[in-house]
Amino acid sequence: MTTVIPFGPQHPVLPEPVSLKLELDNDVVIGALPSLGYVHRGLEKFIDTKDYNQTTYICERICGICSALHGITYTMAVEKLFDVEIPERAMYIRVIVGELNRVHSHLLWLGLFADGFGFESLFYECWKYREAVLDVLEKITGNRVIHSISKVGGASKDLTKEHIDLILKMLDTVESQVKDLEKVFINNYTVKQRTVGLATMSKQLAYEAGTVGPTLRGSGVHSDLREEADWDIYKDLGFKAVVEKDGDCYSRTKVRVFELYESIKLIRNAISKLPNGEIATPIKGSPTGEAIMRTEQPRGEVVYYVKGNGTKNLERLKIRTPTFANIPSLLLTLPGIKLADVPIVVLTIDPCISCTER
Amino acid sequence: MTLAKSPWIIHVNVNSCNGCDIEVVACLTPLYDAERFGVLNIGTPKQADIMVVTGSVNYKNVNVLKNLYNQVPDPKVVLAVGACASTGGIFHDCYNVIGGVDQVIPVDAYVPGCCPRPEAILDGVVAALSILENKKKGNVKGKEVKMKGNEVPSNA
Repeated sequence: MTTVIPFGPQHPVLPEPVSLKLELDNDVVIGALPSLGYVHRGLEKFIDTKDYNQTTYICERICGICSALHGITYTMAVEKLFDVEIPERAMYIRVIVGELNRVHSHLLWLGLFADGFGFESLFYECWKYREAVLDVLEKITGNRVIHSISKVGGASKDLTKEHIDLILKMLDTVESQVKDLEKVFINNYTVKQRTVGLATMSKQLAYEAGTVGPTLRGSGVHSDLREEADWDIYKDLGFKAVVEKDGDCYSRTKVRVFELYESIKLIRNAISKLPNGEIATPIKGSPTGEAIMRTEQPRGEVVYYVKGNGTKNLERLKIRTPTFANIPSLLLTLPGIKLADVPIVVLTIDPCISCTER
Repeated sequence: MTLAKSPWIIHVNVNSCNGCDIEVVACLTPLYDAERFGVLNIGTPKQADIMVVTGSVNYKNVNVLKNLYNQVPDPKVVLAVGACASTGGIFHDCYNVIGGVDQVIPVDAYVPGCCPRPEAILDGVVAALSILENKKKGNVKGKEVKMKGNEVPSNA
């Protein structure tokens, strides 16, 4: 006999409202049905009433955790419509803030994940280290969470000498702290006990279900948009994608831990190559035509489609967010998992529901 | 004075962008350490004294919020954290957004900001503590919020 247990929308492990109807046979999941819409605001329709500059602020508030990269991706898509050359310094500033955003997001996820299996001291440790990153982001951009670094035409704020010193000093401490965290996440008995061999996603399944980001790279597929997409600046910075081949919760965790080092390296390289000059070009007129922009967010690939019709307001904005692409693979891996492990498996795709539902 | 020394909070995310949520969780972590006020984050509404609500209300989660509010035992205090929870914020015009939390349940204290700093949220919690103590002294009971069926927009 099967039982159906509702998981969410209000659940102690979930910071966000998502609802899964779990079909159980004794204690083992045999099916899962998601129910979405608890965080739907209707932002893609809302931009009808806003001009393309104001839409930047809407896009940043799609999600508070990856807000910098939402804003950057949107502005880069609109810049494609205008077909303008952006000053190189602005591109580097975007990379620096975007990667700082990724460091804070990964530390946040590692903490929440540790909390998910009851390792509270590790949760506190991760979040303590994350505060240093947020302090620097606040000094650079003026806000801890919503950074607003990117505007159509360039960057909205410049990096001064003091900012750069602050970033470099913070990176040194954070790197040594991440080394401590790595020892725990890779070697600790409790972590391994709960994650090794759990919810294994084969390379084939991950690819066919259209998974993106750390979830895909944790299954051994070499795919990172920072290497592939239109944002060529990453090629100059010596970026190398982190890939783990086992496909279980443990290797998805490892990808995120090692990506922290990669991001720290990218920020250092970007600072050493930071060119001088203007930070923004003036933009005139109204956008026309269509453009697609893809970037790698902390959770994976995000796709922005914009369409202009010659007025100040965009005609259409369509966003495909990483969690939306990861949910099918989650539903395919859940069958066979014990009910007690479901929160951990749900957390390993790093679900961001407010991105998904907008 | 016992209740205000150890208030348990339930964090409810109704329609938030995560920005306020991560700041609410940051309050509980060592740097801001809300536990020095005796605050404990609890997952179930039946054991909570203070409801910390982030985000605006939409047509899908309005009944979830009412349901949680009705389950919190008296005396109870509702704290609306962030611009969205206070007024609807920049999303107040969206077709799926009803507005601030006070459109649906009574709110006792507001923390403005997008997103509010953890210090501001802690200030809000401390303000909520005295309200909680007053409610206990005056034996103030929260009204039960009526649940309608699925509320749909009037213009739909």
